[in-house]
This record gives sequence, structure tokens and C-alpha cells, in this order.
Amino acid sequence: MSARSLDLKIYAFLIAVGIIGPLLVPSITSQMAVMWLMVLMAVTWDMTGGQMGYNSLGNITFFGLGMYASAVVQIGLVYDVMEYTASFGAIKVDFTVSQYWTGLVLGIGAGGAVATVFALVVGPFMLGLRGPYFAIGTLGLAVAVAELISGWRYVGGGSGISMPIFPGEAGTGSIVFYVMFFVLAIVCHMVIRAVYRTRFGLAINAIRDDEDKAEAMGIHTTRYKVMAWAISAFFMGMAGAIFGNMSGFIEPLEVAFPTATFGIFMVAMALLGGKGTLWGPVLGAILFHIVKEVTWTELLGWQWVALGAIIILNIVYFQQGILGWAQDRWPALFGVTVDEKMSRTGQAEAAE
Amino acid sequence: MLDNISILFQAPIFAVDLLIQGLLIGGIFVLAAYGLALVWGVMNVKNLAQGELVILGGYLAYQATLWGIHPIVALPVAFVLMFCFGWVIYLVIIKRVVDRDMFTSLLATFGLSLLIQQSLNLVFGPEVRIAEAGFGTLILGDLAIPVIRIVSLGLAAVLAVGIILFMRNSRMGQAIRATAQDPRAARVLGINTDRVYAFTYALNAAICGSAGVLVAMIWNIQPYYGLVHSIRSFIIVTAAGLGNLPGVIIAGFGLGVWENYAGFVFGAEFAIAAVVALLVGVLMVRLFQLYRVRQVVR
Repeated sequence: MSARSLDLKIYAFLIAVGIIGPLLVPSITSQMAVMWLMVLMAVTWDMTGGQMGYNSLGNITFFGLGMYASAVVQIGLVYDVMEYTASFGAIKVDFTVSQYWTGLVLGIGAGGAVATVFALVVGPFMLGLRGPYFAIGTLGLAVAVAELISGWRYVGGGSGISMPIFPGEAGTGSIVFYVMFFVLAIVCHMVIRAVYRTRFGLAINAIRDDEDKAEAMGIHTTRYKVMAWAISAFFMGMAGAIFGNMSGFIEPLEVAFPTATFGIFMVAMALLGGKGTLWGPVLGAILFHIVKEVTWTELLGWQWVALGAIIILNIVYFQQGILGWAQDRWPALFGVTVDEKMSRTGQAEAAE
Repeated sequence: MLDNISILFQAPIFAVDLLIQGLLIGGIFVLAAYGLALVWGVMNVKNLAQGELVILGGYLAYQATLWGIHPIVALPVAFVLMFCFGWVIYLVIIKRVVDRDMFTSLLATFGLSLLIQQSLNLVFGPEVRIAEAGFGTLILGDLAIPVIRIVSLGLAAVLAVGIILFMRNSRMGQAIRATAQDPRAARVLGINTDRVYAFTYALNAAICGSAGVLVAMIWNIQPYYGLVHSIRSFIIVTAAGLGNLPGVIIAGFGLGVWENYAGFVFGAEFAIAAVVALLVGVLMVRLFQLYRVRQVVR
């Protein structure tokens, strides 16, 4: 079975699950929407973290910026944003159906655009940092942006913004947002898969393996790094815009820039599934989300402690992840050829 | 914002007050940053749980005051307890990430920080706490300085001098410095580097815990305040460079002063943003220095 037909089968399976799941059990629609969001986050994180070796702890910045951009656009279309946020939700703006939909589409577009522009602006600076400095710098960036937004009165500061209410019947909203997340996640994965198959994919892998050598070989490393980050940012921004509309209320620290939840989930999920593999982040995200949804409520407040423990266990004892482990175990299945002699001497060197 | 700056010029005594308060707080930042520089330099582990160790020490002091023990008395107890805690953490987690790539240690300690932070939240709740130490306020002309801040700066200084003397003179201190220079050579010469690493991490935890006791006495603690303390330590170490003790001290006091002025000029809601933005700023400056080095090579 070639890798291509296997990929197509997995896509078919995921699309089937995505369509049949909410039809069979309508009550889990919003949980499944979050699952596709998680898949998208893990896949976009893996683009820089796994394939390019730039482990960002601050990709959540794009999510939050997209969310705020869409909020400002959607409300700004029909009302003065300053007055709206100053009233702390006291002003109820009635959106007509057409206004709502134009706002939503423009808002999602604006979310993606703002996040991409932000990545293009800060990218050349942040991506000049290497290794742990990049990770700490991006974490700092995420916290800084979150704190700046929570001090900015125009967008409501720490008290947040109420988003426009979905105009249709109760219950249809969650289906609409589900479809959006589902389509966005699948499209995102297809785009990223296509990108990996081009020279671009080879270039970012070269950057991961040895950045200085890649640069010496004539690869414009900064350009490639910024491009990769901007692609992640584009999808994260759109996802943020949709998530803001789905949750109905946005606020900087818990919803828009949750560094300690989604911000770290995406890293944990990509690592769980196996970073730097095409399907690892997807598998990791789905598994993580299922485990989280099933056990979360049973743990009575200890879930965050458990999360910390899971991350430590994952990192310390099982770093290669599920697919990474499988790839080491059965390399032939992944189309990886292993030179037995080389791998034996390689192991001898590693053992030394 | 401009109004606030003009206040500083119109009432210079106020500016002096901010300066002194900043310096008094900066002493604590120096302690935590020194611990980070130690762990980073000796075992190449970027400890993102630094701030959580500080907060954990603070909660030990808070618990002591609940039992009617004065926090200053709790300081040595916290030092010993945190030392043991650090040793256990080393055996369970850090030992396995020491010789792995850099991101591993960063993420593992991030997981550890989540673990500590959330456990504290469950045990003590999310309220902001203070370990009440008593003491009055010292009035010097127009300046009012809480005595406890001066006492804590003195304690921080005593602790720092003690650690520096320990690193200079004791057998273990020499072993730590030897391991930092070349772990392999140290091993060849019969130093048990594993033990040195364990001791270093435990010492770091103890230093952070003591700093936390001081934080709880002169400021406030809350389970989620750890991250900002970690970021402060990273700013100081990045700005000063590893193994540059005078640099760490100057950067620590500088950060304390910057934080106080920034909190006043931009308003309290931007105080944390000012600290974190400074981190990004320091990293950028470092980046441009590297660019300059690369141009020389070219």
C-alpha cells in the first residue's frame, strides 16, 4: 500500500467520522467541534515544532488575535466598538441575518489575515532566536499580548466582549460551527500535507536537521521559517475567529490566550501522537481529546494536576510519541528504509 | 501616561520612593535568577518551574504563619524542605532530561510548573495571600519604607553571600563548578556528576524557596503568579549571561526598579505586560548582538 493511498483512506475515514458522528449522536456536536479545533492546533503546531524544529510555546497568540480581530470586525460593521465594549454587554445589538453572516465571513477572514500579518511582522525577529530562547520568547510573546489586550479598553480590556448572537434556531448554531471547524481542520491538514511534499517541506526539514548547513547550502532560512509560521498563524487565526463566535463571549486570559490550556495542549497532543510525522498530531489530538472528555469531569479539580503529570510522563518517558514509536518499530510500514549496518553503528555510538 | 511622568518630575521624592522600593524587591529577583543561572550553567536545564518553586516556598511561609510561626523563623525550615523537594524532583524528572535536547528539559519543567501551580490552587485556593510578618514602617523625612522590606533585603544578602562562599570554598561547591566547566573531565577525575546535578537542582529549589518566603512577607503570593517569576529569572539571566554574578545582581536590581517605574507610568494593568515585553526586548537585543557577531565573521 503506497503512502498516498493510505493517506486518502485516512482522509476518507476522518471525513466519514466527521459526518456520521454528529448525525448519530447530536449531543456531542460541540465536543466534536472542539476535537477538530484540537486537531487543527496540533497539526499547525507540528509544522514549526515537529517539521522545522522550532518549538513554539506561543502559537496561541495567533488564536487570540484572530478571535479579537473577528470580534472587532463583526461588531464594528454595525456599531461603534468603543461604545459597545464600554457598556460591558449592556447594549444588545440586533444583527439582521444578512448582517450576521457578512460579519461572520469577514470576521473569519480578518482573523486569518491579522494573525498572518502579525506572524510576518514578528516572525523575522522571533525566529532569529534559537532553541530554548525561541520557546521562552514565544511564551513571553503570548503572555505579553494577552496582558496588553487585557489592558486595552477599546476591546473591552479584562472584562471581554460579548459576541453577536447566532440568528438561527437554538441548536443550529453549534452545527454550523461544527461544520466550520471540521472543514477548516481537514482543509488545513490537506494544505499542510501538500506543502510538505514540495521543496518547501524539504527546506523546513533541512532547517530542523541543521540550520547552519541549510543556510550554507543556499536556503533562505529566515524566509522559509517565517512562511511556515505564517501558514500556521493563518489557520490558527481563522480557528480563533470561529471559536470566539462559538463560545459567544471572549475575554483575554481564559478564552483568547489560554497559554496554560490550549497553548500547552497543542504541544502535548503533537508530542503524544509523534511530532514530525504527518498523522501523529491528528492521532494525538483525537486520543487526547477523547481521554480528556471522558475523564475530565471524574477528576474533580485534579484534572490540571493530571495534565501536568501527563506532560511530564510524555516528555520524560515517551518522547517519540505513538507514531514515532511505531516508526522505530516497523520502519517498512512508513516507507522508511533503514540501513542495518548504519543503524547498528549508530546505536553503538549512541550507547557510548 | 504623560501625566504620570510629569508627576515623577514634579514630586521627585515620589520617584526616589519608587526607586528604593524597586531596589528592595530586586534583591529577591536576584536570588531566583541566581538559582536559574546555576542550574542552567551546570546541567544545561532551562528550568521553567523556577517561579513555581518560589511560590511554593511562599506558601510554606504562609502555612507557617497560620500555625503562628513567624515567617522569618520559617525561612531556614523552608530552605531545608525545599532542598529535599528539589532532590526528589531531580530523581523523578530532571535526571532523565539532563542529557536530552534542550526543548525536552524546557517542556518537562513546564509540565512540572503546571503540576505545582494546580496543586497549590487546589490546596490553598486562588486567593492572593500574604505571610504577615509584623514590623512597622520606617519614616525618613518624606519617605515611608516598610521595615520588613529592608529586613528581607538583608536576609537575601546574607543568603546570597552564604551561597557564594559555599560555591567558592566547600568541596561540593568546587565539584559543582568543575562539572559546569567540563562534566566529562569531572567524571574522569572521580566526581560523581549525578550527585552534583542532584545537589545543584536541590540547592536551586532551596534558594527559590527562600526567595519565596521573602516574596510572601513583603509582597503577595497566588498559585498563578509563578510564571511571571520564571519570566523575571529568564530576563535577568539572559540579560546578564551565564556565570556572570555581578551581571545577575545588577540586572536583578534593574528589573525591580524597571517594574516599579513601569507599573506607575503605564498603570497597574500593564505591570505584567511591561515585564514580559522586557523579556522579548532582551531576547531581541541578544539577537542583534549575534547578528553583529555573524557580520564580523563574514
